[in-house]
Amino acid sequence: MRKAINVEVNGKAHEMFVDERLSLLELLRDELQLTGTKQGCGVGECGACAVLVDGKAVDSCIYLAVWADSRKVTTIEGIAATDGTLSDIQESFVESGAIQCGFCTPGLVIAATALLDQQPEPSRAQIRRGLSGNLCRCTGYSKIIDAVENVAKTRNGG
Amino acid sequence: MKNKVIGDSVPRWDARAKVCGRADYTADIPVKNALHGKIVRAGIAHGRVLCLDIEDALRVPGVVKILTPADLPKTKFATAGHPYSLEPGGDVYDKNILTDYVRLYGDEIAAVIAETPLAAAVAAEKVVARYEELPFYLTTEEAMADGAVELHEGVKNNILADTTASVGDVEQGFAQADHIFESEYQTQIVQHCHMENQAAVAYQDADGRWTCISSTQIPHICRRILGEALEMPWSKFRVIKPFIGGGFGNKQDVIIEPLVVAMSMAVGGRAVRLELEGEEVLAYTRVRHAIRYRSKVGVTKDGRITAWQMDAVSKTGAYASHGHSIAAKGAGILSTLYEIPNMIYRSRTVLTNTGNAGAMRGYGVPQITFAIEAMTEKICSALNMDSFEFRLKNFKKEGAPHPLNGIPMATNKVADCLTQGKAAFGWDGKMAAALGDKGGIIRRGLGVAAFSYATAVYPYSLEIAGCRLTMNQDGTVKMMVGATEIGQGSDTGLIQIAAETLGVPAEMVYAEAVTDTDIAPFDTGCYASRQIYVTGMAVAKAAQELKDKICRAAEQFYKISSQVLDIEDAYIINTTTGDRVASLGDLALYTYYDKARARTLTAEVSNNCHNNSYPMGVTFAEVEVDTQTGVVTLLSMLNAHDSGVIINPLLAEGQVEGGMGMGVGFALGEDLFYDTKTGAPLNNNLLDYKIPTAMDVPELGVLFVQPVDPYGPFGAKGLGEPPLCSPAAAIRNAVCQALGFEIDSLPLTPGKVFAAIAAHRSGGEANV
Repeated sequence: MRKAINVEVNGKAHEMFVDERLSLLELLRDELQLTGTKQGCGVGECGACAVLVDGKAVDSCIYLAVWADSRKVTTIEGIAATDGTLSDIQESFVESGAIQCGFCTPGLVIAATALLDQQPEPSRAQIRRGLSGNLCRCTGYSKIIDAVENVAKTRNGG
Repeated sequence: MKNKVIGDSVPRWDARAKVCGRADYTADIPVKNALHGKIVRAGIAHGRVLCLDIEDALRVPGVVKILTPADLPKTKFATAGHPYSLEPGGDVYDKNILTDYVRLYGDEIAAVIAETPLAAAVAAEKVVARYEELPFYLTTEEAMADGAVELHEGVKNNILADTTASVGDVEQGFAQADHIFESEYQTQIVQHCHMENQAAVAYQDADGRWTCISSTQIPHICRRILGEALEMPWSKFRVIKPFIGGGFGNKQDVIIEPLVVAMSMAVGGRAVRLELEGEEVLAYTRVRHAIRYRSKVGVTKDGRITAWQMDAVSKTGAYASHGHSIAAKGAGILSTLYEIPNMIYRSRTVLTNTGNAGAMRGYGVPQITFAIEAMTEKICSALNMDSFEFRLKNFKKEGAPHPLNGIPMATNKVADCLTQGKAAFGWDGKMAAALGDKGGIIRRGLGVAAFSYATAVYPYSLEIAGCRLTMNQDGTVKMMVGATEIGQGSDTGLIQIAAETLGVPAEMVYAEAVTDTDIAPFDTGCYASRQIYVTGMAVAKAAQELKDKICRAAEQFYKISSQVLDIEDAYIINTTTGDRVASLGDLALYTYYDKARARTLTAEVSNNCHNNSYPMGVTFAEVEVDTQTGVVTLLSMLNAHDSGVIINPLLAEGQVEGGMGMGVGFALGEDLFYDTKTGAPLNNNLLDYKIPTAMDVPELGVLFVQPVDPYGPFGAKGLGEPPLCSPAAAIRNAVCQALGFEIDSLPLTPGKVFAAIAAHRSGGEANV
């Protein structure tokens, strides 16, 4: 069965006619060529596929495309400004050395974006909890937590 | 002269692309009109496939073809990412692309090619196999028993190899000892769990050859293995490695590439994609060897080791893969950590019907370090001797030759790692707190463990690396290497080596995301923590050669002897006057466009490395054990490393923290289980096989002791694998110190710790 949906992705409206079984991840990667969102485990365990749906981080591999009807989706490609300026979180990931293989990075930037929106002054423990749905096998998380903490400090006046 | 770029935390060159989602991994690369592959996996653990019924599967709409073993070459190939050996007796050629003899649950018995991933998956489910089942063996004891069925014909008692390395005379050493200690240690099966699953796409290119884009750590080796597996000249294959989402050794094996190329061949060269699912990766690619060690150690009453006898039985699973090299490596590790006048190390590698063990970060060193350092603590505790004093007394000394291959340990600062790390960790203060905490439900403990490691594979195997540098029209430099960046940051480190040698800032050297066997210089790839070391040597040599060429070209264009020219900050300098002669950009324009004398400047070096250097280090861990639940909480950890000169401190810290994070999983939770009734894997998913999350890894301390190694480029030694070598051993020692008794197997799950506490309280067997 196919269904018509209206979905806004990174500020652009799309009218699409999609297979009801299609995941949001497949829609983004295969239909819209937004390959910045990665498929990791494919079953909602690792968080590599995280995107924002109406500002909330979801695992797009287990979120049906049809559920995104009438919603706003932000992928990693929509985090930087349209002129390419990185968000403060992205900049902090680069500066803090939070990136290694980079496969979990888009999902972690999304998760960190949602976390700081909801919790502007998190403790390190709260950052750890907030990012615990995103697995990273390269970094030991240390510099990722630093990156998010640094942004929170800067946003809160240093 | 002081280094300008070496030692600077240059941001990794690919960080901005990665943080924006612009870095393309294998699955992100558009390939026209691709079909999709799916592997049909065996539903038994050991036996013969009597028949495969593919009729129903072929009727699934969208299915193009189904491959069975009959469609593929009968020649067996070796999957291990080792350099090709001209001498006999190297890798074990025991693998077919698809098999009709099943050696592990999930073995590859057929493969579907279809228009969509869904059609391929649906059809794969409909392939029906009939089997003649054979007994399967999940343990090395069962597999080695007399009468056990040979997994591979001619491998007696399923013992792939049985070797012994020795120094001195252990019996004499035991006779000199005042105390003899004996114990047995066991590690478990763990998996790499890189975030990007194995993925590859293959097609026939315009020149009739076969291109395979793959998430591989070893593109040049992969090309050779494709040739061997498909019985064609090696040049008929081109392997392209884009960005890789982690590998940790699992992608140092050629696992899916021969099949995906065979699939494309079966459909007339049309592109076929093959992407494994996470559950396939966990159970059916490669795992870490579970190894059982028996140690017998002789020590004098003042705490000197007189003899160490060690026996290792390593579970390699269904195929040889890296085979015996992992267990055998232990002899060198033991004898380069401690001064052991009399040592005998026997290792046996055993085939079982479990996950195929191969290379995994540390290559056997995390396992043997656990066994060595658990025994070391046993000795310290029995002699009532300080853990630091005993180690300092027995550590191998700097400059001493490797007892087995004679290569001197030119730099070895393990003792400094121990003493400086102890202070940085605040050991004494933490110990006082831990000792004051012995009566309660929650008990604190501290642990320490040291390791030895060897960078690169010389003298046991070929060590070769290549680099080509080209000066661009504006004076910047393009660097091409065959080394494989998989996330560790080697590309950025190599940029720094090139930039430092050339006399330019790091941003003037461009790396290449793609390693393409048609374009990149020959290099065996990413393993053995070799890239900064071996490829770094090639980069430094190529950069020196290019610099010489630049100075000679400048002599031609600016009429100043090249003898007095140098390059600083991207300017050609007259060293006698200190004046800037020209910028590299100005010179480059002449070298490209001067009508009479233009000659573009390139330098290419293939470096055959005949050295080895020894990264050393120590982990310190502080834990709390809840004696009512068995839960171990890590409070703090610190790794102190001697990896020679650190090229990029920020990236190096990241390597260390990442290795420590993996060590936490190895110590406390990860364990791949099998159903004893069927041989099927039980927890091959990330819900049931738990790798550490951000909540499971404590605050991590990192310390570098930085001798200038005489062999490595700019004094560097390997760093990729060392951080994972000692954390599990240190955590185990901390847990034992908290509890006051020993637990001699990994992982230290709450269930195991709880059972051990219960057994200890009831006066039963303390060792678990």
